[in-house]
Amino acid sequence: MFKKLFLIVFFNIVFLGSMQARDQLYVVGSSTVYPFATVVAENFGQKSGMKVPKIESTGSGGGMKLFCKGLGTQHPDITNASRRVKKKEFKKCQENGIDFVEVKVGYDGIVIANSKKSPVMALTKKQIFLALGKDVPEGNKEGGKLIPNPNKKWSDVDPSLPNIAIEVLGPPPTSGTRDAFQELAIEGGCKAFPELKAIKKQDKKKYKSICRAVREDGPFIEAGENDNLIVQKLVENPNAFGVFGFSFLLENADKIQGSTVNGAAPTMAAIADKSYGISRPLYFYVKSAHLDVIPGMREYVAEFTAPDTWGPGGYLEERGMIPMPDEERAKFRADAKNMTALAKR
Amino acid sequence: MTNIDLLENQRDKLITKRYNKEKRFILIGRLAIALTIMFLTILLGSIVLRGISGFTTTTITFNVTLDKKLIDPESTNDKKVISSARWRKITRDSIYNVLNDMSLVMNGEVLSKAEQKSLVRLFSRSSEYQIRDIVMDDISLVGKTIEVTLPTASEVDQFLKGKIDENLPEDNRPLNNIQISWINHMVDNGMINKTFNSNLFTKGDSRNAEDAGILGALMGSLLALLVCLSISFPLGVMASIYLEEFAPKNKLTDMIEVNINNLAAVPSIVFGLLGLAIFLNVFNLPRSSPLAGGLVLALMTLPTIIISSRAAIKAVPPSIREAAMGLGASKMQSVTHHVLPLAMPGMLTGTIIGMAQALGETAPLLMMGMVAFIVDVPQSITDPSTVLPAQIFLWSDQPERGFEEKTAAAIMVLLGFLLTMNALAVFLRNKFERKW
Repeated sequence: MFKKLFLIVFFNIVFLGSMQARDQLYVVGSSTVYPFATVVAENFGQKSGMKVPKIESTGSGGGMKLFCKGLGTQHPDITNASRRVKKKEFKKCQENGIDFVEVKVGYDGIVIANSKKSPVMALTKKQIFLALGKDVPEGNKEGGKLIPNPNKKWSDVDPSLPNIAIEVLGPPPTSGTRDAFQELAIEGGCKAFPELKAIKKQDKKKYKSICRAVREDGPFIEAGENDNLIVQKLVENPNAFGVFGFSFLLENADKIQGSTVNGAAPTMAAIADKSYGISRPLYFYVKSAHLDVIPGMREYVAEFTAPDTWGPGGYLEERGMIPMPDEERAKFRADAKNMTALAKR
Repeated sequence: MTNIDLLENQRDKLITKRYNKEKRFILIGRLAIALTIMFLTILLGSIVLRGISGFTTTTITFNVTLDKKLIDPESTNDKKVISSARWRKITRDSIYNVLNDMSLVMNGEVLSKAEQKSLVRLFSRSSEYQIRDIVMDDISLVGKTIEVTLPTASEVDQFLKGKIDENLPEDNRPLNNIQISWINHMVDNGMINKTFNSNLFTKGDSRNAEDAGILGALMGSLLALLVCLSISFPLGVMASIYLEEFAPKNKLTDMIEVNINNLAAVPSIVFGLLGLAIFLNVFNLPRSSPLAGGLVLALMTLPTIIISSRAAIKAVPPSIREAAMGLGASKMQSVTHHVLPLAMPGMLTGTIIGMAQALGETAPLLMMGMVAFIVDVPQSITDPSTVLPAQIFLWSDQPERGFEEKTAAAIMVLLGFLLTMNALAVFLRNKFERKW
């Protein structure tokens, strides 16, 4: 008797799982887009009366992996990303028969901030590279032989910078913020050296290993994914700097300040017109095949791309996302409305 | 001086040395305990200090004009029509009126766009939906003017709790000068009040700090524990009875014993990976559900339960079994009628401690997709849900300032649960334990 009952329960559980239709959107992806996507999801739920989408913060790469695994209710419908889908990922998706729509939603700035108790630091990308790169040209000069970064103090990098030890708290390598910081700030500074830039043409791998590597000898401290923790540490240690997303600077404007990079302060306007150089686009990808299976997908996308949401003055701007220029918004809104699948990457 | 004096002198020295050694040992022991207590107090103190304000919230009371023209012009009384009314406009109009009601602006004077925006920002972002829900519950309100009490925006709450410094330059704080003057007026008028934060216990997650609650996570935790208990307790107890009372003692059972002990020390994330591979990928259980999460937690607590249950069975003196058998009971009868009831308190203690451990677990559930933004409160074990520690983890990483105290408050609730469970374990042990 018990055996029978057990078997029935067991099979029920197994089939319940695989056959259950889903009436709730399932979103995965970047932890940078997470705070914005969750706000949209909640508003979508309150406006439409449908279930609020479930959003998992898995990181851009992790999200793509789950997203491209297959079709069916156990797989996510939408993935967020703080970078564009990679060629490799696009191919993988195609192999699994997954078409998707690309929607760019806005920009996120990455700031290098310190405590309000200290003066604002004016940095250039070149200085960031010299302070945080793994190998730098000897003497910090063009043409110098590459040596392991000897700079211990900011004043070693450039005499105009303060005479304090370099101490930068930043995200770990698993984070999209770290990827973007390496690509935009470190590589951006690296490119300022013509002989290093020249390597790119000869040996792309070698170039990346020089220009995107972050030093591991102490001055750059991996502080984990929790940006609030970094903010707390900056307040306690006025000589330290932290690297994180713009929204944390916005929320903590009473405690910390962003350093200027190449002369531009990290403000909404400067990030939007790209005069502040460390910013990255945010995306989400919509699985075309799920559109008519999972209720609410079109409505969620429509909510995300509504002017009140992602436009200037919309509620995502209040949360620290930088809106796209009008033409770009119009293009992606049209794509999202027609659900034009991404053809190639 | 005689030889004897010398010897006595030496002896005294030795004795003093020995006594000093003992004193030092006691001192070090006391120091260690003092240090532990100090760390515990600092830890708990900082959490309580930060979290206590999370249990109160700030509400604002104002009049809302439910204009029939805007809500239901054709008197359909149809809920669909009412729910899709222009609630944003209705709410905003009522909010703009608040200043008139306080006679802060003259009648007919129109606020500038920037002022309107500043004023609206004092109210919770979800006000329009809350007003809609009030009307949806009682559609006879349409056409009337009602007084509603809603949470303020989290920034107002933080300001009144003293967490926003008024003396900072205007662009460094989330509230500008005119907003602060309005808030002060509203406090003087009795419009803004401090109350118990019931949202914390009656709502699911939200991205607005003033609306965020732990009910969803709490339900998720309870459902997952229920699944965990109903699987690990019977299995654990049966396994331990078999191993202790029936299984032959040979190499195989020795191996099993060693393995169970090792299993108890396996890092919990490993169980998460196992769960991901088996429960989600092979059996296709719904991701993020308490069912899948509970199953993983059951695997994790099983060794704890087996080990403590075996210890409890071992503690029952053999004379009990022998007496039962002597009176003609079968092995099975002696176990179920005599050994099990006597061992039960010990087994329950072990189970409760295992459950408490499971309650605080996040790592394996991360792999099962239970660390996610989920607003709706789960109703069954297949609904997506999160758990308390996962909710704390998610809140701690939120950029908005209002979540800081919420995080600490949620930690306090979690600690409260753990303490209750441990207290229950102690109580059960003291009440039912038999000394031989």
